[in-house]
Amino acid sequence: MLPASIPLSWALAVSAVVFVIGVVGVLVRRNALVIFMSVELMLNAGNLAFVAFARHMQSLDGQIFVFFVMTVAAAEVAVGLAIIVNMFRLRETVFVDEINLLKG
Amino acid sequence: MAPVLFVGFALLLVLSSVMVILHKNPVTSALFLVSAFCSLAGIYLLLHAEFLGMVQVIVYAGAIMVLFLFVIMYLNLGRDVEGGLALALRRGFGYLVGLGLLGIALTWFARGWSAGPAAPPPESPAPGNTQAIGMLLYSRYLFPFEITSVVLLVAMVGVIVIARGRRGGIPEAPDMPEAIPDTPADRGEAPPATGAAPPAAAAPKRSVEGS
Repeated sequence: MLPASIPLSWALAVSAVVFVIGVVGVLVRRNALVIFMSVELMLNAGNLAFVAFARHMQSLDGQIFVFFVMTVAAAEVAVGLAIIVNMFRLRETVFVDEINLLKG
Repeated sequence: MAPVLFVGFALLLVLSSVMVILHKNPVTSALFLVSAFCSLAGIYLLLHAEFLGMVQVIVYAGAIMVLFLFVIMYLNLGRDVEGGLALALRRGFGYLVGLGLLGIALTWFARGWSAGPAAPPPESPAPGNTQAIGMLLYSRYLFPFEITSVVLLVAMVGVIVIARGRRGGIPEAPDMPEAIPDTPADRGEAPPATGAAPPAAAAPKRSVEGS
C-alpha cells in the first residue's frame, strides 16, 4: 500500500500547502512580527521543495542552495527585526496598517 | 517506515503552520513556528539531508527564533487587537487569495503531472552527507560561499546602524528647525557609520547616553 520511499509529489504537496499558509498569513495578519514569521514559513516551503528535488535527482546542489537560502534568511530576519524595533520606537506600534508614513 | 514518518511530520508541520498564522498571541505563534521548523528538520532527515536537518534546528529553531522571541518580549506585545469591518474585509480577501493559490497548486498536481524519472542511486557508497556538502561547498560553490560572508557582514553592520535609532550618537541640537524632518547632520553622519564597523559597533553606548 505504502511506497517504499517518499514520493516526490508528497514532499512537493506539503511544500505547496505550507507556502499557501505563509501567503495567507502575510495577507491576513497585521502584526509585523507574525507577517515576518509567515515569510519564514514561505522560505522554508521553498527549502523543502529544493531538498525534495535534490533527493529526486540524487544531487547535492539543491541542498547547497538551501544552505544559502538559510543564510540569507538569517540576515533578512536580523535586518527586518531591527526595522520593526526602530518603527516601534517611532510609532509605538507594530501593526502594519497603522504604519502609513508613505501614504500620500 | 519512512513514508509513515513523513506523513506524521508533514501533518505536524501543516498544523503548526496553521497555528502560527491563526493564534492571537505572537509568543505562541513563535513557539508554534519552532515546532514547524523542528518537524521540517525531521522531513529533511527523512529526505537524506542530514546536514540541513541539523542546521535547520540550530539556525532556525535556535538562533532565528530566539531573535523573534527576544524582539516580541522587548516590545512587550501581549496580544493582537483585532476588529473593524475593513479588517474583516481584508481578512476575507486574504483567505480567498489563499484558497485560490491552493486551488492552483492542487490543479497542477491533478493534471497528470509527473516529475520525470528519478535518478538512480549512486553505485559507490556515498560519503557522509556533511562531508559531501563540504566538498561541494568548498569547490564548485566556493565563490557564492564567500559572497555569503559579505552578505552576513553587511547585514550585521546594517542592523547595528538601523537599530541604534535615528539620532544615535549625535548630540542634541538645541534649535533644530521643525520643518525639516531629516537634518543635514543626519545625512552627513550616515555614510561613515556604514563604511566603518568599529564606530558603528561602539555606537549603541553613545545612543543610550544621548537618549
